[in-house]
Amino acid sequence: MAEPVVTLAHGGGGASTRQLLRDILLPLLDPAHALHLEDAALLPAAAGSPAWAITTDGFTVRPLFFPGGDIGKLAVCGTVNDLAMRGARPEVLTVSMVLEEGLPLGTLERVVASMRATLDAVGAVVVAGDTKVVERGRGDGMFLSMSGLGKVQVSPPPAAFRAQPGDQVLINGPIGDHGIAVLAARENLGFSVAVESDCAPLWSLVETMLSAGGPDVHVLRDPTRGGLAAALNEIAADSRVGVIIREADLTVTAGVRGACDLLGFDPLTIANEGKVVAFVAPRQATAVLEAMRAHPLGRGSAVIGEVITDSPGRVLLETDLGTRRLVDMPGGELLPRIC
Amino acid sequence: MTRASTDGQRVLAAHRFRQMLAELVDRPIRLMEVCGTHSQAIGRFGLRQLLPADLRLLSGPGCPVCVTTPGEISAMIALATSGVIVCTFGDMMRVPGHTDNGSAPPTLSLAKAQGADVRVVYSPLQAVEIAQAHPDREVVFLGVGFETTAPAVAAAVLSAARQRVPNLSVFAAHKLVPPALVALLQSPGVALDGLLCPGHVSTIIGAQAYAPLVQQYGIPCAVAGFAPGEIMAGILSLVRQVRAGEARVDNDYARAVRPEGNPLALRTMYEVFRPADTTWRGLGTIADSGLAFREAYRGFDAVARHGVEVAVLPEPPGCCCGAVLRGAISPRDCPSFGDPCRPESPVGPCMVSSEGSCAAEWRYGQLAPEVREVTA
Ligand code: SF4
Repeated sequence: MAEPVVTLAHGGGGASTRQLLRDILLPLLDPAHALHLEDAALLPAAAGSPAWAITTDGFTVRPLFFPGGDIGKLAVCGTVNDLAMRGARPEVLTVSMVLEEGLPLGTLERVVASMRATLDAVGAVVVAGDTKVVERGRGDGMFLSMSGLGKVQVSPPPAAFRAQPGDQVLINGPIGDHGIAVLAARENLGFSVAVESDCAPLWSLVETMLSAGGPDVHVLRDPTRGGLAAALNEIAADSRVGVIIREADLTVTAGVRGACDLLGFDPLTIANEGKVVAFVAPRQATAVLEAMRAHPLGRGSAVIGEVITDSPGRVLLETDLGTRRLVDMPGGELLPRIC
Repeated sequence: MTRASTDGQRVLAAHRFRQMLAELVDRPIRLMEVCGTHSQAIGRFGLRQLLPADLRLLSGPGCPVCVTTPGEISAMIALATSGVIVCTFGDMMRVPGHTDNGSAPPTLSLAKAQGADVRVVYSPLQAVEIAQAHPDREVVFLGVGFETTAPAVAAAVLSAARQRVPNLSVFAAHKLVPPALVALLQSPGVALDGLLCPGHVSTIIGAQAYAPLVQQYGIPCAVAGFAPGEIMAGILSLVRQVRAGEARVDNDYARAVRPEGNPLALRTMYEVFRPADTTWRGLGTIADSGLAFREAYRGFDAVARHGVEVAVLPEPPGCCCGAVLRGAISPRDCPSFGDPCRPESPVGPCMVSSEGSCAAEWRYGQLAPEVREVTA
C-alpha cells in the first residue's frame, strides 16, 4: 500500500486531528508528556505574580471575506479567544502572513484594517510580524498565523481537566453559524442560506463571567473546528466525567438547521468562532449566566446541560423526545451527503 | 430559532407514541426503513428507545454510497488517478475501493492527497462550470445517487449539451429504489412486515410508485418525512396496517410528496437516461434498477469515453455491508464493527456515509446500558 499522507480530515479538529497529534507530533515534540492539550499553554511565573498564557494558531479560509467576518478578524478572534479560554487577558500578539502572488493590495489592506479594528476592540497590540510571498497557485490568497500572550486573571485558571460532577454547562448562543456561513459563501449550495458567522472576540464576555464566577468557572472552551461535539468530548475525556446536554436548551438558527438537514450534517459538529462553553460550579451558575446575558455577546446564553458521574469520558444528548443518545467525537472533514 | 415552545409537546408525543405501540404491538413485527436519511434520523432522535421489544426497525439499502459496488468505486478511483478532473459529492471521498488494487490509492480522498484532481461539489451544475473553466481538461462527474439526485444530473447534462461543453462526462452509477425493493422482497430469508418508504425519493417518484409492491407482495408501505413526528407517524401507520392485516400505501409526508411525484423531474431524468440493469452491493444485479445514457446523450458517458472497466470485485475483507444493506444482519453483528471499522478508519462504505447504517449505529447506537433508560 502507498505511504500514508496528510488528508483534509487531519485538519477537521476531530478524531483524525487528535490522531495526528498522538502519533506524530507529541511523541517528537513532547517526549516527557508535559503538555496538556489546552487552547493556550501557561508559562510558570515568579511567585506572587500572575501566570502568562501563550497560544499560536494558523488561519486558512476560503473565501477570505464571508458574511460576518474575514480572515483578519478571524485570526485575531481565534488567537485572543484561545487566551481568554485560560482566563487570560490578551495583551500582545504576533502575526506572520504568507501572501500569494497576485493578491490585490486592496484586499490585503482590507484584511489588515479588519485585524486592526478587532485588536482595538480587544485592547491588544501586534508587536512583531513577518511576511512571505509564495508563487501564484501556491496559496489561497493568504494564510495567517498568529501567536498571543496574555496575563491570567484568575487562579486556578480554567482548564479542560477541571470539570466536576454537578457543574452546569453554559453557552452564549446558537451553534454552527460560522461553519455554515463560510460553507455557503464558498460553495454553490444550490439553495440560499441566510447565516452570518458568529466570529467575535470573547475576552470582554469572559472577563464578566470570571468576575461573576471566579475560580468556580472550572472550564472554558471555544467550540471551533469540530464544533460543540468535539469541545465537550475533549472536556469529558480530560476531566474523566460524563456530560449530558439537552437538545431542548440548545439553539440552532433556522438557517443552520435547514442547511444541516440538507447536507446531512449535525449542527453539534459545525465550527463556531464566537462561542464559549463554560463549566461552572452549581453555586455560581446563575450568577455567571446572568453576567453572560447582560453582555452584548451573551444575550442568547443558556444552561444546556451538566456534568454527571456516569459514563466518564462520554457526552450524552437528551433529545427533544426525551430519549438519549451519544454525542461522538466527530471524525474529520465534513463531507456533504448524497441523497 | 428552533428552540421551540413545542419541546414539552414533543416529549408528550413521544410518550404517547410509546404507549400506543406498547398496546398495538402484540406479535413480533419487522419493519425496514429503506432510506439512509431515515436510519440517521432514527438514530439521532433515539427513536429506537421508544419501541417495544417486539418491534424491530431494520435499515435497508437506501444509502447511495453504500450500494455502489466495489468495482464501481475502484473504477472511479482509477479514473481519478488517470489525470482527469473528477467531481463528486462529498461522501464518496472516503469510501474504500478494492484494497489489493496494486499501488492504487484506496480512496478518492487519498488519491487527492497524492495529487489527483478530485473536487467535492454540491450540485452537478458545478461540474459543468468546472468543465467550462478548464476547456483543456476532461471533467468527469460521479453520478451516484437515487431518483433524488438523478434528475439534477440529467439537468446538468442537458445544460452541458445546450452550451456545447465537450469536455464533461458522467460516470452514471445511479440506482432506482422500487426495483431494489422488489428484489429485496423476493430474496429468501428477508421477512419484512412493512416498509418505511423514503421521503426525498418519494417527492420525485410519488407515493403511487409503491402501489405495485403492495399489490404483488401484500406489504404495508408508509411514506414518511424526517422530522421525529413524521417518522413516528409512519411507524404507527405501518403497525396499524400490520395489526389490521391490511396493506396499502399511507402517505404520511403529504406536505412534500404527491401521489404522482414530480413529473417534471422524472421527464428530465428519462430524457437523458433509460432504465438499465445494474448491480447493487448486497443485492446483486437487478433488472432495470439503474440508469444508462440514451443514444442521444451517449457522448456524455464517462465509462465509454474513458474506456473505464468496472470489474466484479469482492467486498472488502471482513465487511458485511451486503448483509447489512439487505437487513439480514444489523451493523453490530458485523465482526469488524468498532474494531477496526470506525468512521475515521472505515472498512466498508456503510461506515463512511452519514447515511450508512453502520455509521448511524456507531454514532448514535452505543450507550452504556445504565443510561439507556428513557425519561419520557
Ligand atoms: S461495520 Fe464496517 S465492515 Fe462491518 S458491515 Fe459495516 S461498514 Fe462493513
